[in-house]
Amino acid sequence: MKHTISVLVENKFGVLARIAGLFSARGYNISSLAVAETFEQDISHMTIVVDAQDEKILEQIKKQLNRLIDVIMVVDFTKKEHSERELILSKVNYSAKNKAKLKALLDKYQAKIIQCKDETAVIEFSGEQQEIKQLVHELEQFGVKELVKTGRIAIAS
Amino acid sequence: MTGAQILIECLEREGVEIMFGYPGGVVLPIFDRLYDSKIRFILTRHEQGAAHAADGYARATGKVGVCLATSGPGATNLTTGIANAYMDSIPMVAITGQVKTFLIGNDAFQEADVTGITRSISKHNFLVKEVKDLARVIREAFHIASTGRPGPVVIDIPVDVQQAECDFIWPQEVSIRGYKPTMFGHAGQIKKATRLIAESKKPILYIGGGVITSGAHLEVKELAETIQAPVTMTMMGLGAFPGTHELSLGMLGMHGTAYANHATMESDLIIAIGARFDDRVTGRVSAFAPHAKIIHIDIDPTSISKTVEVDIPIVGDAKNILCQLLKEIKKKPNTNKWLQQVHEWKARHPLRYAHHDDKIKPQFVIEQIYEATRGEAIITTEVGQNQMWSCQWYKYTNPRSFISSGGLGTMGFGLPAAMGVKLGCPDKTVFDIAGDGSIQMNIQELMTAVCNKIPVKIAILNNGYLGMVRQWQELFYKKRYSSTKLCNPDFVKVAESYGAVGMRVANPKDVRAAIEKAIEIDNTVLIDFIVEEEENVYPMVPAGEAINRMIGGMA
Repeated sequence: MKHTISVLVENKFGVLARIAGLFSARGYNISSLAVAETFEQDISHMTIVVDAQDEKILEQIKKQLNRLIDVIMVVDFTKKEHSERELILSKVNYSAKNKAKLKALLDKYQAKIIQCKDETAVIEFSGEQQEIKQLVHELEQFGVKELVKTGRIAIAS
Repeated sequence: MTGAQILIECLEREGVEIMFGYPGGVVLPIFDRLYDSKIRFILTRHEQGAAHAADGYARATGKVGVCLATSGPGATNLTTGIANAYMDSIPMVAITGQVKTFLIGNDAFQEADVTGITRSISKHNFLVKEVKDLARVIREAFHIASTGRPGPVVIDIPVDVQQAECDFIWPQEVSIRGYKPTMFGHAGQIKKATRLIAESKKPILYIGGGVITSGAHLEVKELAETIQAPVTMTMMGLGAFPGTHELSLGMLGMHGTAYANHATMESDLIIAIGARFDDRVTGRVSAFAPHAKIIHIDIDPTSISKTVEVDIPIVGDAKNILCQLLKEIKKKPNTNKWLQQVHEWKARHPLRYAHHDDKIKPQFVIEQIYEATRGEAIITTEVGQNQMWSCQWYKYTNPRSFISSGGLGTMGFGLPAAMGVKLGCPDKTVFDIAGDGSIQMNIQELMTAVCNKIPVKIAILNNGYLGMVRQWQELFYKKRYSSTKLCNPDFVKVAESYGAVGMRVANPKDVRAAIEKAIEIDNTVLIDFIVEEEENVYPMVPAGEAINRMIGGMA
C-alpha cells in the first residue's frame, strides 16, 4: 500500500541523507519525494511517498524518523483526511492537425500549454493521482515525448 | 580564540577529565592545545582501542566518554568503536579531524566522508563548517550523547575550522526542537500496568541495560521485592539486580540459565524494563512467552513493539516510571506458588560444569576470579565463549560492574574497555576475561596500559580455538572446524615484551594463587590459562528455537 508521509525537518545539509537512509537500509524504495523550505526559512517540508509491503516495518520507520534529531514532526496521511496534489510537465506533439483536439482535451482537465516550439507543446497540469493518470493516458494519442512529475505534496484538511 | 582553543575550552567546561585517541595531520591544532590542557590524554596504539576505552570509561562511570582521531584512516578506525557504543546505547563523543573545508570532496590526502560513514552507526553527527558554530555543536553533542537513550555523537572538524578565529560564546542552554526525550510515564498507562500486576499470578521482571543507564536499580529491587516477582536480566542488564538475590534468575536467552528461560516462557506477565527483546533473548519470536501479557518500559519509542507486540507500553525514563509505578501499586499479587515453581526449576536445572583435576575448566577460572575478588571487581570481556561464561559464573551485585560488547559483539573490546574502566574507577580491581582469539584483536593496547600505568588484569581462557565458532561447528556443522583452530604466540612473552607481567597456568591447583598474585601486583598482568580445548557453553538455545528448547546435557 502506498503511504504519503509528511515530515518537517531542520533545513540543513545531511538531513535528506539521514531520512533516505532509513528507507534504503531496509530495501524500501521511495516512490516520490518533494522537498522545499516552508514559511519559516530554517524548516523544510518533505512529502515522501513509499510503497510499504509490511505495515509493521513502516510503523518502525516512522518511529525512527521521529527519533532523528533533525526531524521536528512526522505525519502519515494515509488514514487521515488530507488534500493531495502533484504537478506534471509533459511534452507532446503539437501540429495544426491535432491543435483543436488537444486544446479540447486540455480544457476538459483545466490543463494548459505553457510553451510551444518546433511542433511540440509543453503541458502543465496539477491534480490528484487518478486525474494525472487519466490525462496522461489520453495524451498518449498525441504522442508523449517526455513526462516529468514533481512527486506528491499533501496538506491536512 | 581559535577553533582548537574553543574545542578544548568547551570540553573542559563539559567536565571532560580524560580523552583517548591518536594524533595525525589534520588534528595537529587540537593536539597543540591539549599540550597545555588539564585534560589527561591517553595515547592508545590504535584508534579502535581509543573508541573502546572511551566506551568502557563511559560504561563504568556513567559520564560521556571522549575519543579523538585524525581524518581518513584515523576516523575509519574509530568506526567499529562508534558502532559498538551505538548498539549498546553508550554516551560517547567522537571527535575527528577533517581535511580543509575547500578540499572536502576532492579526494584529498586522508579524506573520508566521516559524517556519511557514521550516519547509521551514531545517534547523531555534525560536520562543522564554520568556527562560529563550534561551541554550540559541542554543547549539543554532549547533550544528545548523554540524554534520552544515550549514544555516540560524532563531530567532524576540518583543520581550517580548528585554525580559524572567532569570539568564544558558551551557550548557556541547549534547545533542539526536534529532540525532546519523554522523561515521565503516562499516568493512564501506569494505572493500567498496576491493574495487570495485581491480576497476575506468574509475573517476571525482565530487565536490561536501560535500568543501569537510568540508575533505576534500587527501584527495580523495590518493585521485585514488593510484588515478589523473580528477576531475569539481559546481558546488558547484568548487575542491575544483585545476582546473589534470592529473586535473581540470572541471564535469560541463548546462553541464559534454564530456570530463567523456563520462568520467562511460563510467566503470565512480563515487566520489561530498559530491554529491547533482542533476538538472543527471545529465540523464536512466535513461540516467545505464549501466556504472558507484556508491560514494556523504555525511553525509546522505537523499541516498543519492534519484535514482540506488547500490551502496555510506557515510554519514559525507567527510574521515573518505576517511582510513579511504585506509588500506584496498592494490590499485590500472590506469587507464593509461582516462586515455589521457580525455586524447583532452580534446584533441578542449576548451572553446572564437570570439574576436572588435571585440566582447567574455563568456568572454574571465572568462579575463582569471583571468589578471589569477593564479587567486587569490574569485569570486562571479549566476545564469544569467554563472554558467556563471564555472564554465567560471576555474580554481579552492582550496576556498572559487568562491561561487555552486547549488541555489536565486538571481539577486541575487552582490553581497551578495561583500561577505560580502570581510569574511571581507579580503586576497583578490573579483570578482562578474554579468549585467545579476541585478545589478539587489540593486544597492542598492552603498551598503552603499561605506559600509562593502568594496572588492568587480563585472564586469557586459552583453548587454542575461536571457541564459540568452534562450538557451533561442533554442534551444527559436523565438527568441520573450518578456520577456528588458532596458532598462538607465547602470551607470557608477549606480555613481558610490552613491560607487563605474564604468567602461565596449566594446572587447576595453581589457578587461585595466580589470580591472587595478579591482583596484588601493581602492574598490568596477563595470565594465560591453558584450559580444556573443546569445552562448550551450556545451556544453549539453537538459533531459531524457542528459549525453553535448550541443549546441553549438564543443564
